[in-house]
Amino acid sequence: MTAMPKFKVSRRKFLVSSAAVGGGLALGLRLPFGPEVVRAADGSPEITVWVVIRPDNSTAIRVVRAEMGQGTLTGLAQLVAEELECDWNKVSIEFPTPGESVARKRAWGEFSTGGSRGIRQSNEYVRKGGAAARMMLVKAAADEWKVPVSECVAANSVITHTPTGRKVTYGKVAEAAAKLPQPTDVPLKDPKTWKIAGKPLKRLDTAKKVNGQMIYGMDLKMPGMLVAAIKDCPVFGGKVKSFDANQVSGMTGVKKVVQVGDSGVAVIADTFWHAKTALETLSINWDEGPNAKVSSADIAQTLKEGLDAEQAFVGNKAGGDVKQAIAGAAKKIEAVYSYPYQNHACMEPMNATVRWTPERCEMWGPTQNGEGAFAAVLSASGLAADKVDVHNVMLGGGFGRRGTYPNDYVEQAVLIAKQMPGTPVKMIWSREEDMAHGRYHPVMQCRLTGGLDASGNLNALHMRLSGQSILAAVRPEVVQAQKGRDPLTFQGVFESGEHSLTYTVPNLLVDHAMRNPHVPPGFWRGVNINQNAVFIESFMDELAEAAGQDPVEFRRKLLGNSPRALGVLNAVATKIGWTKPAPQGVYRGVAQMKAFDSFVAAACEISVKDGNKVKVHRIVAATDPGYAVNPAQIERQIAGSFVYGLSALFFQECTVKDGRIEQTNFHQYNSMRIAQMPKVESIIMPTGGTVWGGIGEPTICVAAPAVLNAYAKATGKRIRSVPLKNHGIQLV
Amino acid sequence: MRLTINGKSQEVDVDPTTPLLWVIRENVGLTGTKYGCGVAQCGACTVHIDGLAVRSCSVPVSAVEHAKITTIEGLAPGKTPHKVQKAWLDHDVPQCGYCQSGMIMAVAALLKQKPKPTDADIDAAITNICRCGTFQQVREAIHMAAKTA
Repeated sequence: MTAMPKFKVSRRKFLVSSAAVGGGLALGLRLPFGPEVVRAADGSPEITVWVVIRPDNSTAIRVVRAEMGQGTLTGLAQLVAEELECDWNKVSIEFPTPGESVARKRAWGEFSTGGSRGIRQSNEYVRKGGAAARMMLVKAAADEWKVPVSECVAANSVITHTPTGRKVTYGKVAEAAAKLPQPTDVPLKDPKTWKIAGKPLKRLDTAKKVNGQMIYGMDLKMPGMLVAAIKDCPVFGGKVKSFDANQVSGMTGVKKVVQVGDSGVAVIADTFWHAKTALETLSINWDEGPNAKVSSADIAQTLKEGLDAEQAFVGNKAGGDVKQAIAGAAKKIEAVYSYPYQNHACMEPMNATVRWTPERCEMWGPTQNGEGAFAAVLSASGLAADKVDVHNVMLGGGFGRRGTYPNDYVEQAVLIAKQMPGTPVKMIWSREEDMAHGRYHPVMQCRLTGGLDASGNLNALHMRLSGQSILAAVRPEVVQAQKGRDPLTFQGVFESGEHSLTYTVPNLLVDHAMRNPHVPPGFWRGVNINQNAVFIESFMDELAEAAGQDPVEFRRKLLGNSPRALGVLNAVATKIGWTKPAPQGVYRGVAQMKAFDSFVAAACEISVKDGNKVKVHRIVAATDPGYAVNPAQIERQIAGSFVYGLSALFFQECTVKDGRIEQTNFHQYNSMRIAQMPKVESIIMPTGGTVWGGIGEPTICVAAPAVLNAYAKATGKRIRSVPLKNHGIQLV
Repeated sequence: MRLTINGKSQEVDVDPTTPLLWVIRENVGLTGTKYGCGVAQCGACTVHIDGLAVRSCSVPVSAVEHAKITTIEGLAPGKTPHKVQKAWLDHDVPQCGYCQSGMIMAVAALLKQKPKPTDADIDAAITNICRCGTFQQVREAIHMAAKTA
């Protein structure tokens, strides 16, 4: 499949039409019952909510999950197109808005694009949406020909009556098909027979990303639009005490200076540059609140105390008394690890454009969850649900920062626009604001204690986590329902579910002393698997070394009950040549984990110069996600996840001083460049089954421990805290 | 002040200290050139000034009054994509794509100076940040573009 499909961003039409007519919905709103046909903006009939067939025989596929580079848009389209049997070269994408979904009783289901759920969670109903549409189109053709449906086949947007060879296009029967009732029994294809899904097709959204035409939130333009720059109290939990708008009101381009909620001040001007310049001139007096003196050292001390705390929430338990088992072990090994705060640092800083009037409020901008943003606009605007809407645009990265929690930037933009009724205001965060007001990867410390028996088998393991809970901050009701426990803290080492521990240890205890500093935590690509993989997969190597065993062999013995984990581990070990000697000066490391219902492993080759200059030459990565919808995109997500994960390992830490984050920009918060990129070789080995695993996040967590394990082999030094720059280690 | 952007001379009414990036985006209205950091760290704002790759966030507009400025929108005048854009399409390089305008402009400038760059040349010249991590495809696409006349 080499031809680039035509890609039409119909959302841009929405923008124009909404701005022009005051925000009518661009898609049809009649309910899909009875003989009346629901129509798309261009009048073409909707067959199912996921499929519109145009008279020219082209197909519009609806996507409501966000595209932030991870390829979900293309993958979901492949799944619908596969069942629809449409011509892939004539596919374009339409983006229903949350407001339209609300008006149609959530016809498109969840919009949320996080937790690597975009494809795996919606795969079944979008495939059924494609299959049902195909069945209706075929039935319409069969009815017209007065032949049984069973004598007709569909392929490439054409229906053929097999006995006579008569043909008709989807475009010709679409009107009739749209009037048919939707079938209730919709069988799906065996993935083994897929022709569009499962194939390494090119993305549908590339053309405009290479010529500057793709519109991100940052790029939106509307008639009469103004631009706002904002500064929120640098100390989390602080408030605005006072500011004097007159100080900057005469500056070039400045229209208005406004307070935003309790804690922010924004300058609204004709351009961002003018707004930002004025904001930097404005002196704001803050009430910095009770956290104004908190430092990283204070936070570390609080967490350290948690390592010994009596009370802790249990995330995984097996066998008998783990402490007793360790006490009676032939050999006892103990180590303490730690993981810092990290910012998402999406390439595109937070932004949102809002126009508010007493009758209507609309937001245009990047979000990983249209419905979450909709809820934020709803509450901040003070209007009813039928008077607000959200128009998502291409995201310049997301990585969890633009998810549902907490929608801080969306709310701010509404509160600003409310103070300029009728005028669209684009609020843009500077990079400095973005660094100061992240929703940070939570801090965590971990003490691991292992007991080996006389033969070097791991008989007992206690993993004590101490640190911050994301859910306690953003979804306290979940934590409450678990009697104070945050189950997500245990990602990758949990007792059951999509993030369960793959190792079987006779006596096991994983527990968490929850310590919640004032710095707001958030979901950061991979979330808690990042630190948990560093902790347990580094420690597995420490245990193997203490047992005098090969790290791969040591792990294999513990993976007897987890054949898929063993599968990915063996795959990377074989491909990297684990049992053969590495080239001179090159050292290997390995790691594996289950997360988001995918099994992943990595083996790497590194060399170390002068004891501190690390070159990562090669990473072999394997993933078993159950099903692979687009192997080319999966490869890119794997390699990309290593860039994100290794940047975090080597460079990234947000430190706290006087209650605020110290790092302000990329010069203090570095990110990998092309010179540091290892060769990544991916093994995509889906084994099917009933559960679909995630893609965007799982692999991120295995690069860091694999590199740490290789570094220990190379230097004899075990590094137990992130980032490596704090140990004088460079990535070259 | 008169600026020559993508071969077109135009008047802009701005303070001479305004960074070129914001003049291009907000006064001229070409949004393909991106803001990522504002301090010449990330390269998302890379444009060509007299053929050289420059991070436009850190250049006052007054410094380029008599220069020839090219943005991503002007890289390939007409309908045929530039060989770097072509290679990017063939290798399906972008993920989120936000940094790619700057990446492509940096690469186009490199190929002008070094038509057949080695991996070491690429490592030295291409220092743009890409948080999605498209580097493997970027490198492949650069070598492919270098093979194109």
